[in-house]
Amino acid sequence: MSQTTIDIVNKNLAKRYAREKRFRLLGFGSVMIGFAALVFLLVTIVGDGWGAFKQSSVRLQLNFDQSVLSIEDVADEEQWQYGNYIGVIKAALRQRFPEMTSRAQKKLIYRMVSPGADHQVRQLLKKNPDWLGSIQEVWLPADDDIDSFVKGHVDRSLPESDRRIKDTQIALVDALQESGDLKLKFNTLLFTAGDSREPEQAGIRGALVGSFLTLLVTLGLSFPIGVAAALYLEEFAPKNRFTDMIEVNINNLAAVPSIVFGLLGLAVFLNVFGLPRSVPLLGGIVLTLMTLPTIIISSRAALKAVPPSIKEAALGLGASKMQVIFHHVLPLALPGMLTGAIIGMAQALGETAPLLMIGMVAFIVDVPGSFTDPATVLPVQIFLWSDSPERAFIERTSGAIMVLLTFLITMNAVAVLLRKRFERRW
Amino acid sequence: MPSGKITSVTEPTNQLHAASSSNDASLANRANDYSETVGNIRVDSPKMSMSNVDVFYGEKQAIFDVSLDIAKNEVIAMIGPSGCGKSTFLRCLNRMNDTIDICRVSGKILLEHEDIYDPKLDVVPLRARVGIVFQKPNPFPKSIYDNVAYGPRIHGLATSKVELDEIVETSLRRAGLWSEAKDRLDQPGTGLSGGQQQRLCIARTIAVSPEVILMDEPCSALDPIATARIEELIDELRSNYTIAIVTHSMQQAARVSNRTAYFHLGYLVEVGETNDIFTNPNHKLTEDYITGRFG
Repeated sequence: MSQTTIDIVNKNLAKRYAREKRFRLLGFGSVMIGFAALVFLLVTIVGDGWGAFKQSSVRLQLNFDQSVLSIEDVADEEQWQYGNYIGVIKAALRQRFPEMTSRAQKKLIYRMVSPGADHQVRQLLKKNPDWLGSIQEVWLPADDDIDSFVKGHVDRSLPESDRRIKDTQIALVDALQESGDLKLKFNTLLFTAGDSREPEQAGIRGALVGSFLTLLVTLGLSFPIGVAAALYLEEFAPKNRFTDMIEVNINNLAAVPSIVFGLLGLAVFLNVFGLPRSVPLLGGIVLTLMTLPTIIISSRAALKAVPPSIKEAALGLGASKMQVIFHHVLPLALPGMLTGAIIGMAQALGETAPLLMIGMVAFIVDVPGSFTDPATVLPVQIFLWSDSPERAFIERTSGAIMVLLTFLITMNAVAVLLRKRFERRW
Repeated sequence: MPSGKITSVTEPTNQLHAASSSNDASLANRANDYSETVGNIRVDSPKMSMSNVDVFYGEKQAIFDVSLDIAKNEVIAMIGPSGCGKSTFLRCLNRMNDTIDICRVSGKILLEHEDIYDPKLDVVPLRARVGIVFQKPNPFPKSIYDNVAYGPRIHGLATSKVELDEIVETSLRRAGLWSEAKDRLDQPGTGLSGGQQQRLCIARTIAVSPEVILMDEPCSALDPIATARIEELIDELRSNYTIAIVTHSMQQAARVSNRTAYFHLGYLVEVGETNDIFTNPNHKLTEDYITGRFG
């Protein structure tokens, strides 16, 4: 019996649809796996890092007594600078817990407040010189062990010897919390301070400013160089073996591990040219080397996307090559170039390895003030903190990652917006 | 009548080709021989004069030994099947082929006795004198005003804003776009319809006041109504400009041109008065093409 065409088609139809459905499910599954991984990553980071934005603070009545501070001559700046601020804090703690009298007990109450809190007190007095001789109510950051305990990272049921926080301190914390003298407050120090050995004193300000300065150098160097190179290669270079070779090499450079660029920076800029180490200027130059291929490739793609008809129109009117490029090609290619530059910058912002090679991994407390001040950058700061043993650095590491991710997402969103906004159809 | 300026040529080679079309035997014989042009290639006081032009794309030769004159204020149509080299030839006339790396042009192309392929000649003023309108409307992604003003601006043709406004208005009027565009001069030229865009491109070209306008299939991307408008426009422009137009449409060639040149596989097969070419072609290939037997 002969089958008609439609019978044969109908017989296979179910099979064909099933295949299509399987393929679609496969694709959907892949997307879901990626999505799950992303959610897991974000949940872990945010879960760990959320605490970094809160900091336990202790309210104390500080007596800015001139004799305790040993500021005898009010006009002497140096005495203000080297005043005994720790003494003021200790006095306030003793006054708050008068029942703690023995040496060991006093030691424990002194450890309630961050060992670096005297710095905050000095800053406060500097800002309010009229406080001298008066009693003021001040919130000071608690020690990181106390902070961890308050945030619930310490198991009370553990034997005392296994905890970093002693039973006496737990009693003190409970007493302080009850009287409202210990609270979780927004951790402004995280954004205003540089690095520190004390987690509660450590901030990302230094790394942020370092990253900003480094990226400024990177952008300032890589964008003009990259655009000029792309323009030359696309519009002026003769098409021969030599330019082919350059093209292959640029594409290759984009795939070179970044640590190699760091080594190059170390060998050339530090050893041969003798630039200062650990500075944003040098970091920016090294990151420029790394970002250039990205910018050149994306700029060339943007230039290629400019329709030849526009160029021909301008040429046909008698525009010179320079006029064609600067009046027509460049304006049309610029959004694409900027998108490439932003993506390159985002790459550079997240880069760690090459900077390790040129000394930007040093422990630097001061916030850099110029391109030649020693500095570190955000991802390196994350690397440094992730290496620190203190419990409180775990959440700060994740907190810094959150800040970094925020910047990266913002930059990439700007790139997408730019592309959408200036996308042209001819 | 512009066609009145075209006179017969005294060169013996061309005399040879000016054979009578009534001779059917010679027509048939020439079907496979198109290396010599039939018809009068020379005119009195030509605006442009091409002699023995060869064009190569790399190793491949696209134009073979073409000689042709373009008279002042005439509209010359170039017709022929796809790939016959008519656009390539047209683009030689203002050296647009320079933009193609592998393209090589030999022979002589004179614009009012000046060799345009002279290495000492600057292409910028040449292209200001010989403007071009392309197949696909290609307005700049700028405002209508800026599109038209671009040429005068780069050449410094206007000394003041008022003068520039005037040039823009005149050009748009000549291109028949003024009434449609005058209220939206600051809007992007890319927002116009296809036919309007092409008229904008023509306005942009005539804003530089070129002597010659090359048109490379200016209507192939347009609908019949827009095409009719462009053809009207060409008719009006012929009093001021010399126009060379490449077209796929034989009706268009017949409607707008004084003279027609028929190209075949890179050779200029026949050239003559448009009326003659369409009613009484001398070459078998021309006849086959215009009667629709191929192409």
